[in-house]
Amino acid sequence: MSASLEKGINALKEQVDSSVAAFFSSCVHCGMCADACLFYTETGDPSRMPINKAEPLRRIWRAEYTLLGRVGKMFGMTAKVDDKLLSEWETLVYDSCTLCGRCSMVCPVGNDIALLIRKTREGMAAAGHAPAGLIGATKRSVTIGSPMGVKLPALMAQISHVEKDTGMKIPVDVEGAEYMLLLSSMEIMNFPEFIEAIAKIFDKAGASWTISSEAFEATNSGIQIGVADIAKVLVQRVVDAAEKLKVKTVISPECGHAYMAIRWEGPNLVGKPFGFKVRHILEILDEFRQDGRLKISGKEDQRITYHDPCQISRRGGVIDQPRNLINMFSDNFVEMPDAGKMNWCCGAGGGVSSNERADEIRLKVFQRKKDQLDEIKPDAIVSACSNCRIHLEDGLEEYNMDIPLMSLTETLAEHLAD
Amino acid sequence: MSEIEFLNWVRGPGFQIAVIIFIAGVIIRFAEILLLGRKTNLAEAKGSEMGGGMRTIVTRSVPDKSTLKRSAFTIVAGYIFHIGLFVTIFLFAPHILLFKDLIGFGWPSVPTPVVDAMAVVSIIALLAILVHRMRDNVLRFITTKEDYVVWLLTILPLITGYMAFHRIGMTAPTLLAIHILTVELLLVVFPFTKLMHAFTLVFARWYNGAISGYRGVES
Repeated sequence: MSASLEKGINALKEQVDSSVAAFFSSCVHCGMCADACLFYTETGDPSRMPINKAEPLRRIWRAEYTLLGRVGKMFGMTAKVDDKLLSEWETLVYDSCTLCGRCSMVCPVGNDIALLIRKTREGMAAAGHAPAGLIGATKRSVTIGSPMGVKLPALMAQISHVEKDTGMKIPVDVEGAEYMLLLSSMEIMNFPEFIEAIAKIFDKAGASWTISSEAFEATNSGIQIGVADIAKVLVQRVVDAAEKLKVKTVISPECGHAYMAIRWEGPNLVGKPFGFKVRHILEILDEFRQDGRLKISGKEDQRITYHDPCQISRRGGVIDQPRNLINMFSDNFVEMPDAGKMNWCCGAGGGVSSNERADEIRLKVFQRKKDQLDEIKPDAIVSACSNCRIHLEDGLEEYNMDIPLMSLTETLAEHLAD
Repeated sequence: MSEIEFLNWVRGPGFQIAVIIFIAGVIIRFAEILLLGRKTNLAEAKGSEMGGGMRTIVTRSVPDKSTLKRSAFTIVAGYIFHIGLFVTIFLFAPHILLFKDLIGFGWPSVPTPVVDAMAVVSIIALLAILVHRMRDNVLRFITTKEDYVVWLLTILPLITGYMAFHRIGMTAPTLLAIHILTVELLLVVFPFTKLMHAFTLVFARWYNGAISGYRGVES
């Protein structure tokens, strides 16, 4: 056995716990997860059905943690995990799964299949079977501090642009601020309007905030590729900065997996509870709304719909907040079919967008989003994840759909009363 | 071996062996799963694990609308044969007498013609499920030998029970003996195959609901 394969197998073993064992013990091969997965429904390829993607992890569980599997192993009858299997599974696990978790909502025996696939990635990555695009992004995150290679000077340049445009001061490294804002590289490079929107809203709401020059990157490639050690290093940067600046709350920006990484996986990765709160920007904005700190002028009457980013809604629990906020500035909010916790993924989360090999398939499975949109024919789409946003723009263009796409935070800022 | 000896064996030693393997097997499988344990979640909770877990154990029995539409056959046929199995196994008067003998108490039965009809409906549903499994792309892809073995061992007690009740083809003692034997086969393989889902789905649903519930989502 090669050293890397052994590492992969050990990583898979480490992932097995009682929930994994309960899940695999319960699967009856009913096939319903396939119907819940856009990578199956839009391609018709049965190998892309969710539970099949966790096969490497299932084999390890069976061979190592069940009586029958262990007996079978002695006689060479239990299926093995080898490099051939892992290389075959690479495109299934990384290119054909966004970890959106819709399968986990429909499995009749209750298997959290997305969790099984997320865990399978830990073994795949350790064994050297991760896509080049994600490996590159992960390396840049560790060495440069951002998956897109965005360094501090780039952020500072964007900040000074925003300051010039708005005449407002963007606080950097302000000790004792209540909120510390994280940003995704995508926002820094493509959507600096987001920083502007935050500045306006927080100013109106009278809330003190800051950006840390030492930990401004919100995304966490370690989570996407499935390397817990790296994910931990990236989370620790944020923890150190938040403690140094003595902030009360760290804000995860409009990015799905960043929220998953810092809010739900973060404390478990670093091994201790945080001394500060972590909130998604939509949660903060909704708190402001409840406290009457947001004054809105005028309402839109165009048909606006909301695309639920999977890691924020279904996997993250931020479902009502965006709706409360949209209703502040919209008279004509329409839900897509299956909206909320059962929403369909855009098709590019979970590292798929960082993986060039998956470009074709992510656009193909966008057909599902198109079908959803065709049913309600909205005038505009609002969302709260830059990754969804980039991919939705790609998809809309690919399918010749002319629907404007907006960030919820930015749209809210535009509607603030003077 | 005469047919009476055969019947006595399946009712006596055979039944005891099967029940012991079943119970021991289930205990071993429970231990295999639960002793692995699970790390405590250190993230600040937004909802309750216990509440979410208990809720999902119940709610996962009812599919959401869009899933019902997409997986209609699997859900409807699955429901029919599960209910049929439940009624024929647990609500048939002679079976209740057996349970009373084994565990000391019984419960009301449903009229025999109802059980009879349920057995037929279940057999039809299971046959349809087999055809579906062999024809559907996804199911053909994921089906293993175990799935077919389990299917056979599930339908056999229904068929042999139906035959025994209606005395089809053989003498009554032989039919009954064969029926009991098929049940014993089912009991023996139960803990070591996907049949275990009958128990482990409670854990699986609980974990799923707990993971979501902790994050404030109803799953």
